[in-house]
Amino acid sequence: MTPAVTTFHTPHHVVHRHTTSEPPFVRRALIGVALVFLSLFLFLPLVFVFTQAFAKGIGFYFETLRDPNAWSAIKLTLLAAAIAVPLNCVFGVCAAWAIAKFDFPGKNILLTLIDLPFSVSPVIAGLIYVLVFGAQGWLGLYLNADNPHFPWLQNWLNDHNFKIIFAVPGIVLATIFVTFPFVARELIPLMQAQGRSEEEAARVLGASGWQTFWRVTLPNIKWGLIYGVILCNARAMGEFGAVSVVSGKIRGQTNTIPLHIEALYDDYNFTGAFAVASLLAFLALITLGIKTWVEHQQAKQEISK
Amino acid sequence: MAKSVSRSKRIRVLPGFKLTLGFTLFYLGLIVLIPLAAVFWKTTTLTWPQFWQTITMPTAMASYRLTFGASFLAALVNVVFGLIVAWVLVRYEFFGKKIVNALVDLPFALPTAVAGITLAALYSKTGWIGQLLEPLGIKAANTQLGIFIALTFIGLPFIVRTVQPILEDLDPELEEAASSLGANRWQVFWRVILPMLTPALLTGFALAFARALGEYGSVIFIAGNIPMKTQITPVIIMGELDMFDYGKATAIAVVMLVVSFVLLLTINVLQWWTNRYNTNNLA
Repeated sequence: MTPAVTTFHTPHHVVHRHTTSEPPFVRRALIGVALVFLSLFLFLPLVFVFTQAFAKGIGFYFETLRDPNAWSAIKLTLLAAAIAVPLNCVFGVCAAWAIAKFDFPGKNILLTLIDLPFSVSPVIAGLIYVLVFGAQGWLGLYLNADNPHFPWLQNWLNDHNFKIIFAVPGIVLATIFVTFPFVARELIPLMQAQGRSEEEAARVLGASGWQTFWRVTLPNIKWGLIYGVILCNARAMGEFGAVSVVSGKIRGQTNTIPLHIEALYDDYNFTGAFAVASLLAFLALITLGIKTWVEHQQAKQEISK
Repeated sequence: MAKSVSRSKRIRVLPGFKLTLGFTLFYLGLIVLIPLAAVFWKTTTLTWPQFWQTITMPTAMASYRLTFGASFLAALVNVVFGLIVAWVLVRYEFFGKKIVNALVDLPFALPTAVAGITLAALYSKTGWIGQLLEPLGIKAANTQLGIFIALTFIGLPFIVRTVQPILEDLDPELEEAASSLGANRWQVFWRVILPMLTPALLTGFALAFARALGEYGSVIFIAGNIPMKTQITPVIIMGELDMFDYGKATAIAVVMLVVSFVLLLTINVLQWWTNRYNTNNLA
């Protein structure tokens, strides 16, 4: 570069920095405020969970986790997530395909309805299933109805003492409800932005519908899908309010991990509560880690396009 | 209009419309719409005076005031600090920025029960923060302040994550133009940047507020749930459920649902406004 260019550039550069940036002390003050606020609200609680979990030593920690009630809570949580996440994943892909690839009236209403579970309090999410399946609800009324539409069904349900509320099916349903929008919310904007030209090209070139989906759509949406699934899973394993309404909280039977944490906490077994809580805190950290990694991959995919 | 009609009349090249839309509607109806309708069905078993009496009973009224007040304040605090955090993350470089950026989503990822017992223990008399507040005469455990703290925690990512993308896309030329016309940095922020961020800030505020209204798990441990003092509305519903009084629980749930639906509608309008601003900037 010739000196002339440099002298021409330098003042411009100085002016530029000066007008669209803050003085250093303001910058440092803002960074300071942000970091203090975040350490107080995010970092400190996170460190606290793990410190408390090991407050009585590593032996007590593993003893708490090996407890049969804790073990049953872990298994129930894994079961609920293993049912809720795949179902909501299939739903999310279907909803995104219909909404992003086709035009139809009422699309915005459908989008709002898919968001509904996010705006419903977890306690109400549990309540609605009690009202449908509980003893005083629709199912309860049906079981005691004098003239049921399907007598065989009523008999079968009564014979098998079929229970949804205060039992495992209710917990699974409540979990499905609270994690309902996660995958769909992630995929719909992504697939809308990608349009339909690539899929249309694949079809014109002779690919079948499935081939188009597996070979064209799925590679395009895979990072968004992974992101949606891990968020869905984190919420499914951590849900507390909705599950606590429908579970009945029978220790060793209908307690999930969060409910087991509450039970230990209510017993004043704080170290035990934090030991179990550390499992979920660890899950949250893994979730954040995968999220960061997925965002990184997404950015890479964008650049390579 | 004519264009879109002719477009949908065209042969659909892509398959699966009926299958995917059909399944979407079926699943939505089964999991969300029919159970939600049960709430409104259950309220019809109450007479109007019964319904009114339930939703205006003193403990419920106190809980509305508390829930709305604490949620509003928490969302407001988050607007200020969330904007600062978003600003710092977008505009400045500092050590550990990537970790901080990832950690902002912690309240989304951390289960509410874990957040609940953690905050309760941190702010208890003997907790790390509580013992520092104790000599100052500030009590957070079992008080309304504690509820406010819990709601601030869970609302934090909403503001940061709605403001951050808008701030990233902001055209620096606008700021350069303003300052070359003689505006100082504060004027540029106040007159140029802030108006462009307003829709996003409002959306974030509404999202955080809506989430806080229904929050249960992270609040109940620190709140102590003292009737008339620290009982939030979801706790009132829970109390009625524990007494198997489904009618009363449902009546109060209807109040909350109606508020949530109105908020959801507001958020949709705000989001549309935010996006419009965004595309205007691009054009």
